Formats: sequence, structure tokens, C-alpha cells
Amino acid sequence: MENKIDFDRIERRAAARKKTFRAVDYFFLVIWALMVLFPFYWMILTSVKSYSTYNAEYIPKFFTLSPTFQNYVDAFTTVSLGRYFLNTIIFTVITTAVMMVVIIPAAFAFARLEFPGKSLAFTLFLSLMMIPNELVVITNFVTITNLHLRNTFTGLILPSVTSVFYIYLLKENFEQIPDELYRAARVDGTSDFKYLTRVMLPISKPTLVTIVILKVIECWNAYVWPRLITDDARYFLVSNGIQEIRENGFGRENIPAMMAAVVVISAPLIVLFLIFRKKVMAGVSRGGTKG
Amino acid sequence: MKKKSMKGWLYLLPAILFLGCFMVYPLIDVLIYSFEEGYNSASQTYTGIGLYNYSYVLRDPYFLQAVRNTFLLVIITVPLSTGIALLISLGLNAIKPLRNLFQTVYFLPYVTNTLAVGLVFMILFKKTAYSDGLINLLIQWFGGNSVDFIDGPYWAKMFVLCFYTVWVVMPFKILILTSALASVNPEYYSAAKMDATRSFRVFYKITLPMISPMIFYLVITGFIGAFKAYSDAVALFGTDLNAAGMNTIVGYVYDMLYGNSGGYPSFASAAALILFAIVLTITVINLMISNKKVHY
Amino acid sequence: MKVVLQNLTKRFPNRNKKGDDVIAVNDFNFEIPDGKLIGLLGPSGCGKSTTLNLICGLETPSSGKILFGDDDVTRLPPENRGVGLVFQNYALYPHLTVLDNILFPLQNLRGTEKLTKQQMQEKALTAARLVQIDQLLERKPSELSGGQQQRVAIARALVKMPRVLLLDEPLSNLDARLRLQTREEIRRIQQETGITTIFVTHDQDEAMSISDMIVVMKDGVVQQIGQPQDVYDSPVNLFVATFLGTPPINVLDGRVQGGRLYIGDAAVLAVPGVGDQKVSVGIRPEAFTLDEKGPFEVSLSRVEVMGRDTSVVSTHPASRNPFIRAIIPARNKVDRTAKTVRFSLMGEKVFLFDANTDARIYFDAE
Repeated sequence: MENKIDFDRIERRAAARKKTFRAVDYFFLVIWALMVLFPFYWMILTSVKSYSTYNAEYIPKFFTLSPTFQNYVDAFTTVSLGRYFLNTIIFTVITTAVMMVVIIPAAFAFARLEFPGKSLAFTLFLSLMMIPNELVVITNFVTITNLHLRNTFTGLILPSVTSVFYIYLLKENFEQIPDELYRAARVDGTSDFKYLTRVMLPISKPTLVTIVILKVIECWNAYVWPRLITDDARYFLVSNGIQEIRENGFGRENIPAMMAAVVVISAPLIVLFLIFRKKVMAGVSRGGTKG
Repeated sequence: MKKKSMKGWLYLLPAILFLGCFMVYPLIDVLIYSFEEGYNSASQTYTGIGLYNYSYVLRDPYFLQAVRNTFLLVIITVPLSTGIALLISLGLNAIKPLRNLFQTVYFLPYVTNTLAVGLVFMILFKKTAYSDGLINLLIQWFGGNSVDFIDGPYWAKMFVLCFYTVWVVMPFKILILTSALASVNPEYYSAAKMDATRSFRVFYKITLPMISPMIFYLVITGFIGAFKAYSDAVALFGTDLNAAGMNTIVGYVYDMLYGNSGGYPSFASAAALILFAIVLTITVINLMISNKKVHY
Repeated sequence: MKVVLQNLTKRFPNRNKKGDDVIAVNDFNFEIPDGKLIGLLGPSGCGKSTTLNLICGLETPSSGKILFGDDDVTRLPPENRGVGLVFQNYALYPHLTVLDNILFPLQNLRGTEKLTKQQMQEKALTAARLVQIDQLLERKPSELSGGQQQRVAIARALVKMPRVLLLDEPLSNLDARLRLQTREEIRRIQQETGITTIFVTHDQDEAMSISDMIVVMKDGVVQQIGQPQDVYDSPVNLFVATFLGTPPINVLDGRVQGGRLYIGDAAVLAVPGVGDQKVSVGIRPEAFTLDEKGPFEVSLSRVEVMGRDTSVVSTHPASRNPFIRAIIPARNKVDRTAKTVRFSLMGEKVFLFDANTDARIYFDAE
């Protein structure tokens, strides 16, 4: 009989411990979620407060009953946010597209073709992966300046195209496609190029999508290079735009308008992320680090 | 055969052109720059070859300030963010309902523009004539003294920078660690359960060794990333980081290259190479430790 | 330790919420005697692994009770039950050496049970010697063969002297030769330790060869419990009859009329006491005797010589399978050119089953 009581206690204790643990767990998860979400909430909230309301609140209110969209209108009219936006889209699309055109044949050559000096070329190429961007930016800056390409899209795009890492990622993926497929295609008289476009690219679609997503995120957030290479506001990307707005736009104190601009700039990637949530997260965990 | 061999290089050609122009050449060039003394960017002439650029940079108080800031940032944020991310991932791993929602929310900072959200942080922490800012009001509410985190004392500025950096790097770490945790074979946990293993021991003896390769990966990439910190600082303190006393090594490189204090590619090159040497050393040390510690 | 399962039932909610619950284990009753080796046998998905998980506590039953001796452990968390479990894939911690793997459970003991380092070392060594891996203690699991890993897993489960030892498909990851050797080993270890042991398998050979008792399960329902030979000799239904035995039992359509069993038009066996009805007939391969005047005639397909025995493969219109297989001693020669062969049948190796319910119909074989 004594045994039974003991067992009951063990059971109850185990259940209680589990419940407490779960409650604590959720509590901390919610805390962090709030820490993540709060800045987003705050920027949206501030962006719909009017200039006078915002500045009149010594103690900022956590909600507003009279939202205004005037700040959004200002963001597009007072400063050239629309232009920054368009620039960024052009920059992102062209850079990503050119990059794909460059990396796909390169990855194919390393994965499938035999040519003299291949292993040496690949080794040199791998060692380039270790080189930080900060090291090459200096000369690139001088090169682009000397070519008189400052404040042009060409100057913005050219050095942003190269990505050793994505070639590597794609090459690894190409190599997983069985050799038999390639041999079968050769026997059928398929050319290398046709094989690449008809067989390898469709099979590698998930990896291609991953690379595109990562590159788009990278382009959208690009700051350092555009800042170096553009000082004409007509060629600013959103990152430079926001810095420009902070330092010269709206007058320094018009924070609601600034927040409206921030919302507009942040929204596209967030929407894109929410739509392709799984793909983005899978892609980043396979091959991304920030920046 | 000959035709075939040409073809491989043909496919590589675009990549080689781009890499050659914008990576290999700059790499050689930056080395040369760093040894050219008294380089004049207008006339593109220099007065001599030597180590003067390095010694100048190493004695420049702005550079030393930047090195100090960067090291502080690295030492504080890398362990902190990895540790918190591990705790959050463990928490995520233990629940089922709402897990996807939490994961999605936690990932949001990854897809936001560092500069843009930095502005929000600046507003939350800044003290202006109109308002003390939300964070300061919170501090006052708890009975503390308000501090201007953006233009105030050094420790306050460093705090915001670290806080924002952790906020920004967290999504990647949480993502990597949750997938590492999820990939641990559940049989190990069942086995441990059968043996009445306490949960702390399960964590320390099973979970941690199993995910240790991923933790080291995060620490190494975390170190590299934090050493290159720049845009977070710009977002919070504006482009004139030297004036704010919050410059980073990368920031110093860019300032030397361009902007009000710019026009010195030689100094910039020397500073960039010093940074590269630091990062390389630390990575090698990290790898040596991880080879000893990581199982498998 | 005696293990009692009372009305044990486990339901899993259906994945698409509209469907019915899946009943993995249905009303399982069994009193496992102390110190025996029990084989839980059945095709995959029959609920045998779920039963094992219920006993060790990784799953909680929907209803029913589990008792270890007199203790009700139904709702007790697994860590307090004192069971040892060997996983199908062993679940050895890959970063720990063999010795550390075996020490692991001992290091968890607390309070009055806490051991000194010396004691732990001794116990681990004893367990390692028992499974004969004391030469491999410093290796990592990845450096061991499948059979060695299996032994380490058993040692780890045994080292804390569990009240009950559970093995989940212990032999399924081993190759054929190792399987034979390891099952003998399991038997030996079980007999040396005297721990009540339950193992799950889908391989009837494995279960028959080493178990004191076997439990045959199908679709979550226990079909038959008994000593291996008894179950083989007297299956309670068609499923048990077909599941046990290699080569498998031959199943034919037949009918009983006037106390005689007819297959096709031939009366092949006297079955006294069975009413007139259609039946399923199960004939063990060893039930056949070559007999020129025998009542059961089949069309000969081929003869396979297997050394000790000869296997006669033939066809019959009433057979449910493409072929009928008879095993006869090799000294009895079969005319390979003959079109047909005649057999007489041994009554105790022929089973009748209800054509609708598959339940056994008993008769007195003389």
C-alpha cells in the first residue's frame, strides 16, 4: 500500500513539473516575440500619428484614435522616396538577373564539364570565398571612380554581381543530379547547353529559387557600396535614401514622416517573406548569413 | 577532346571576367596600396614603398577607438546572441502549438532593412527636447535616471549598439539552432528518458554535444559578422561615427576612403588588411578549438 | 518481475480529423510470468511496437492497466519504471565511448541509489562482460559493427538491472548470419540474468526459436498467446496458422460432408465431429506423406532438393496460393517425370477453419 501512495506522488509531481515548465517556456517565448514585434508596431503606430500629435506627446501613447495617412503622402512627395524605391527595384532585378546568367554556366562547368586546369581553377576559386568584401571594396571604388561610373546603375551593379558562394552552392546541387541522366542525354545527342537548360535547371529549381531569394534580400538591404558610389540623390537606393532622409529630409524632427518612409521601405521584403515563408527560411538555413 | 576542353573555360568566362575585375585584381591592388606611401589620389602618384600606412593607422586615435568599439561589440554580442538564441530554440523545440507562428515572428528582423529599423531603435532610445523617448520613460517609471542612449555617455551608446546588433543577428541563429535541435534523433531522448536522466543532464550530455558543430558554426560566423559591423552603427548614430565615438573598423576603412575625411585609399587598405588579419587569426583559433571540442 | 497487462487499449486520433481513431492496441490482457522471454510477434502495423512503448511508458494507454508485480505503473513516467529498452537503431550516443554509453544510466542515479565511481565502473564492466564487449570499451559507436553496437545497447539497458528488459526489433538491422548468432546471445543473456524480457519482432523464426512464450498480434488485437510449439501445433485461427512456419502453411478451399473432408471431389481425411459446411483447410508442408494410393492427388510442377529434405511443388485447383509445397524426407524418391503425385495427409498437421470467420474448427485426429 505504501508503494502505491509513493507512485501517485511521483505521477502528480511529474505532471505538475511539466505544466510549470510549459508555462515558463511560453512566457519567455512571448517576451522575445514582443521584443521582435515591438519596433515594427512602433514604426507603424508612429507613422500614422500626425506631426503635431506626435510632438505634443511627451509620454508617447501606445495607440492612436485619429490615424492619418498624410505622412505617407509626405514620404512620397517631400522626399523622392518613389525614386529610391524604383532605383532599388531596378538595381535588385538587374543585379540578380545578371548574377544568375554568370553563375549558372560557371556552376555547370565545375559540376559537369571536363577541361584542363579544372581542379586548379576550382581551388583558386574556393579560396576566393574567404575574401571579405571589405578588402576589395577599396579598389573597386577607385576603379569605378576612374571609369567615371559613379552615380550610374552600371557602377552600382557591376561589382555586386559576383558571388563565389552562390556558384559553389549551385555547383553542389548540380553534382547531385545523377551522372546517368547526363550520359543518357549525350547518347540521345543532346548538347551540353540544351542539357543544362532542359534538364539541370528544372531539376535545380529549388536551389535557384533559394539563391534568388537570398540575393534579393541582399540587394534590397545593400548599403555600403551604394553609399560609396552614389552621392547624387537621383541614384540613391532605399538604404541611402533612409540615411539621407534622416540627415536632411523632412526637417530633422518630422519623425512620423520618417517612420512612414521606413514602413514603405520595410514592407516589400516582409510581404515577400510572408508569402514565401518556407522557401525563405529553408534557403537561409542552407546558405545564408546576414550581409 | 580539344573542342570540349575549350568549352569548359567558355562557360566559366563570364564568372572569371567578373571575379577577375572585381575580386582578384582588387585583392592584389589593395596589398599594393597599403604599402604605397603618400599616395595622392588626384595625381595617382606615391612617394615611396614601406610600412608607413600601417604605422599611421595603428597610431590613429580614431582607428584605436574603432578597434576598441569593435572588440567590445564582438565580445559582448557573440556569446550573448548565441546563448539567447540557444535558449529560445530550446524553448521553441519543446512546444507544438504556435511553434510556426513564433518561428515566423522571430525571423522577421532578417528580412528587414538594417538602416530602416535602426531608425526605429534610435527613436525608441533617443532623448529629445520633445520627449525623453519610450525607453527612458520606462527607466523613469522603474525609478531610474534617464539617459540619452544616442548622444549620451559611451556605455549607453555601446549598450544600444549591442542591443540592436543582437536583435539583428538573432533570426539567423534561432533558425540554425532550431533546425539543428529538430534533427537530433528523438530516440536518444527516449533512451535518456528510460534511464531517468535529469533534463539538465540530457541537455548537457546529449543535446549540446549533438548540436555542437552548429554552435561552433554560429560562433565562427558570428565573430566574422560582428567584426564587420558597420551599418548597424550608422543606423543608430548617423554617418559621422568618428564624431559620435562609435566608429567600427569597417567604418574607419570607409571613412578613410570616402566622405569628409576620405581620399586616403592607402590608409583604408592598411586598415582593411589589419582587419582581415584579425578576423583570420580569430577564425583559425576558433577552428582549432572546435576541432578539439566538437564531437564527430 | 511479473508484468500484467489488463484490458490495455491505445487509440490514436486520426490524422485527418474526421476519420475514426486508430486503435493500435485493443483490449490486451496478458500476465507475463517472472523471468521469462516473451516474443511479441506480428506483421508491421499490428500494434506490437505500441504495446512495447506502453510497457516502457513512452506512451500512455487510453484505457487499461499495466502492473509490474503488484505496482500499478500505468501512469508512471518511464524514468520511474525501472525498465531497460533496447532501440531498433540502438540509439547509442555517438559522441560517447562504449564505456561512457554503458555508464550513462548509472550516472543518473540519485539519492540513496547513488553509486561511487568505483561501483559504477564495476557494474559497467560486469554488463560489458556479460555481452562480451569488454575489449571494446574505449571505442566510439561509429567504430563498431552492427552486432557490436547491438551488444552495447543491451549492456546499456541491463547495467542498472531493470525490472523488465524490452527489445524493439533487436535483430532487424543485422545480416542473416549475425542474426542467428545474436538471437542465441539474447537467449543466453536473458537466462543468465533472469530478467523478464519482452521483445518485438515481425520475424516468426526469431520469435519461435528463443521465446518461452509468444504473443501473436494482428491489427491491434492479440490472436494467440502460448509456448511457441503449442501455437505452431494448434493455431486458433487462419491468420496465426499462416503467420507461423517456414515454408508457410498451404491453404485450400474444402468442405466437410458426413465427417469427411473433401478437397475438390476427393475425400482426403476423416474429420469426426465436424458438421457439414464449407471450410478453409490449412495443411502444413510436413503433413504430406508420399502414398501411391493416397487420397490427395496434385499436379506435379517441380521437385526441389534441399539436402536433408525434398520439397515437392505442385498445383491444385482448390489451392488459394499458386503452388502447394510439401516437405518430405529426402530418402523418399519422387518420380520427376510424373504428371501427378498422390499423398496421404497426417491429421494432426491439418487444420480446418470456418470459411467465414477464419476461426479454428477442431476435430479429433486419430
